[in-house]
Amino acid sequence: MARSPSTKLLPSEITPPEVFFSRRQAIAAALAAGVVGLAHADEPQPAAGKLQYSRNPQYSTKETPNSFEDITGYNNFYEFGTDKSDPKANAQEFRAHPWSVTVDGEAEVKGTFTLEDIMKPHALEERIYRFRCVEAWSMVVPWLGFPLADLVSRFKPTSKARYVQFTTLYDPKQMPGQRFRVLDWPYVEGLRMDEAMHPLAMMVVGVYGQTLPNQNGAPLRLIVPWKYGFKSVKSIVKISFVERQPRTAWNVATPHEYGFYANVNPAVDHPRWSQAKERRIGGGFLAKRIDTLPFNGYANEVASLYKGMDLTKFF
Amino acid sequence: MNVDQRYRWVYKPVVFVACLVPIALLLSRGFGLFGQSLGPDPIKFTLHWIGKTALNILMITLLVTPVRYLAGWPHVVRIRRMLGLFAFTYALLHFLVYIVLDQELDFGGLLEDIAKRPYITVGFAALLILIPLAITSTNKMMRRLGRRWQTLHRWVYAAAILGVVHYYWQVKRDVREPLIYAGILAILLGYRLVRRLRKPKPARAATSPSGSATAPERT
Repeated sequence: MARSPSTKLLPSEITPPEVFFSRRQAIAAALAAGVVGLAHADEPQPAAGKLQYSRNPQYSTKETPNSFEDITGYNNFYEFGTDKSDPKANAQEFRAHPWSVTVDGEAEVKGTFTLEDIMKPHALEERIYRFRCVEAWSMVVPWLGFPLADLVSRFKPTSKARYVQFTTLYDPKQMPGQRFRVLDWPYVEGLRMDEAMHPLAMMVVGVYGQTLPNQNGAPLRLIVPWKYGFKSVKSIVKISFVERQPRTAWNVATPHEYGFYANVNPAVDHPRWSQAKERRIGGGFLAKRIDTLPFNGYANEVASLYKGMDLTKFF
Repeated sequence: MNVDQRYRWVYKPVVFVACLVPIALLLSRGFGLFGQSLGPDPIKFTLHWIGKTALNILMITLLVTPVRYLAGWPHVVRIRRMLGLFAFTYALLHFLVYIVLDQELDFGGLLEDIAKRPYITVGFAALLILIPLAITSTNKMMRRLGRRWQTLHRWVYAAAILGVVHYYWQVKRDVREPLIYAGILAILLGYRLVRRLRKPKPARAATSPSGSATAPERT
């Protein structure tokens, strides 16, 4: 990618991902050869490695992204266990390729599409977004993907489609966390149509210039940066255009704690803890809690979507 | 070695060192020994680690009495005070990590938390209960309070219940582990209840403090 010389160095450029990943790939390849190589030798291998993309500075924060280790080693993905180190530990055997996504409901174009079909028409871009977990910690992540709106448009939703619903894969054999009903599997999330069409809403296939690791929701996930992390559903196998508000996983589990909207809002506390501040991961023992911003700092872009709504009621 | 010597030179030192193991493990992680670490959120890790240690040692403290009777080890009660004091120390440390590292000495936020967040309210209550128990744990206080000492120290049951509730309410969704603690606590307290109900009334009235389930023994 040609870029004019600039004094502004993007934090993600400090450690060249190529260098970083060449080591990882060597290790992964060695492991694969020794451990799973025999079993999967003749099956199609994921299009692993580097992705072609351009940077989207317009939608990127200038804040320093978290390390690859933190992003891929500390996250919630209850399908692989409820501890934040579980996804990395338990998702390594997960097979994200081949993958297909079923599109149904109130749309003109429906059917089952391979991941390649889904991705093909879209140019990938990197956006560095803030990520705010409902548990009051946060990260900054260089995601790779494309606008959700572009994908949604391809299916030509009808006027009846008022919401879009996403469903995560249900496969307890591969996802050990699903063997226990912590949540009502499969994981379902959803957005109002205007939220889905907002340019900040993103379909993500990678992070740090690289195919999305299994533990982060490979091969296809949602990122809605102005909402709490649990809205950003992972390992999507179904996209449904629906008339009624989807019954989303956390909302079903404890409706008084997790609303459908789940917009980041420092003024509306979780019943059990405050949402006024957050701790940015990566600061060690000296990490100061920082103020949580309305809509996670994206208020200028998205606040108008909720004009006239009582956000303490529609939390 | 007689019993006194064994407790003095072997059992008590062993328990003392064992109670320091959790903090040693935490420090070894903190200093990155053996490639370990406290993870991406070291403050939360430390907070939870110490809190869970407090709860664990409190449970072990409550195990002393059942072991004393079920195993027929009358002298085991001599390690109870040390266990109880370690449980208190870890609980206090848990609280200090919370206000200093987690809340960054924001006392306004602390008061708000105690008032508004039930899991913090009960956790704080458990800590408050343990304070007078720790203060009155000396031989001198034991003698001074006489029978009242025992009544006072039964409050440890309340502290343990509140501690488990604190853990249960703190967990986001996966309550399996807090429920295990609740189950263990139910057994520990249930044992005492059954023992008390089974004991014939006249005998109970005649029992001296040293004969009852929670009697202090000079240690």
